[in-house]
Amino acid sequence: MAPIGRVLVVALVVAGAPTAEAETLRIELNKLTFTPLERQAHVGDTIEWVNSDFVAHTATARDHSFDVMLEPGKSGRYTVQKTGAVDYYCRFHPNMTGRITVGE
Amino acid sequence: MTLRLAALTAAILLLATGIATAQDNKPTDPQIAHIAYTAGQIDIEAGKLALKKSKNKQVRDFAEEMVRDHTAVNDKALALVKKLNVTPEANPTSKALLDQGKKEHATLSKLNGKAFDKAYATNEVAYHKTVNGALETTLIPSASNSELKDLLGTGLKIFQGHEQHAEHLAAEMK
Repeated sequence: MAPIGRVLVVALVVAGAPTAEAETLRIELNKLTFTPLERQAHVGDTIEWVNSDFVAHTATARDHSFDVMLEPGKSGRYTVQKTGAVDYYCRFHPNMTGRITVGE
Repeated sequence: MTLRLAALTAAILLLATGIATAQDNKPTDPQIAHIAYTAGQIDIEAGKLALKKSKNKQVRDFAEEMVRDHTAVNDKALALVKKLNVTPEANPTSKALLDQGKKEHATLSKLNGKAFDKAYATNEVAYHKTVNGALETTLIPSASNSELKDLLGTGLKIFQGHEQHAEHLAAEMK
């Protein structure tokens, strides 16, 4: 009983450690809106934009750190490389904007 | 006093007639479909003209976007009217749009180089402002079919994006 309990505790601690594996975070584009508008991420995570609209979009960083083309019905990815907040927009429809806030 | 009352009565009557006329003139779904489709076609033609005439990368990128997006919206609109069994119906508004579009096309055709780029960009800002205004105040509120209303609503957001993009472009051309 006691050894099993200890193994479980160890497993939980490892899983919850800050060195958690990188995640893929989804952002949907629908009717000219990025959802969620603001996404929290960590360095190493991959952002996946999924374009559900029937027109092409881009996810373009204001600081030029990424420029991802998103054809209608397709998706595109970018792996986060540095901490800080990045505002991005669609080059074709600049009324579409979003933000990624990156922690360590 | 009597004069003022008479003036007030006249003003109210005028207002009432105005509202009644506006309601009578409310476009039907087949007319709305024709207006929206025509507006898209005009901008596709303008974009094709720009791709033929301009050597400026920003202008060409914008023109390509106009051709691509308006074609996509018009294809959606065609598929929808087919599904709804609606036949787009020509009307004075779509005719006026077309006449105006032809006039602008002829004016732009005579220009070259920077003069063309500048005129095209300015024209695109004004055109999207007009069409977006019409969508917002008349076409979308008048549409009775919910799917048509929804497509026009998405179209408006796309075209508002074009308006902003055109404004950036026009500012660059100055």
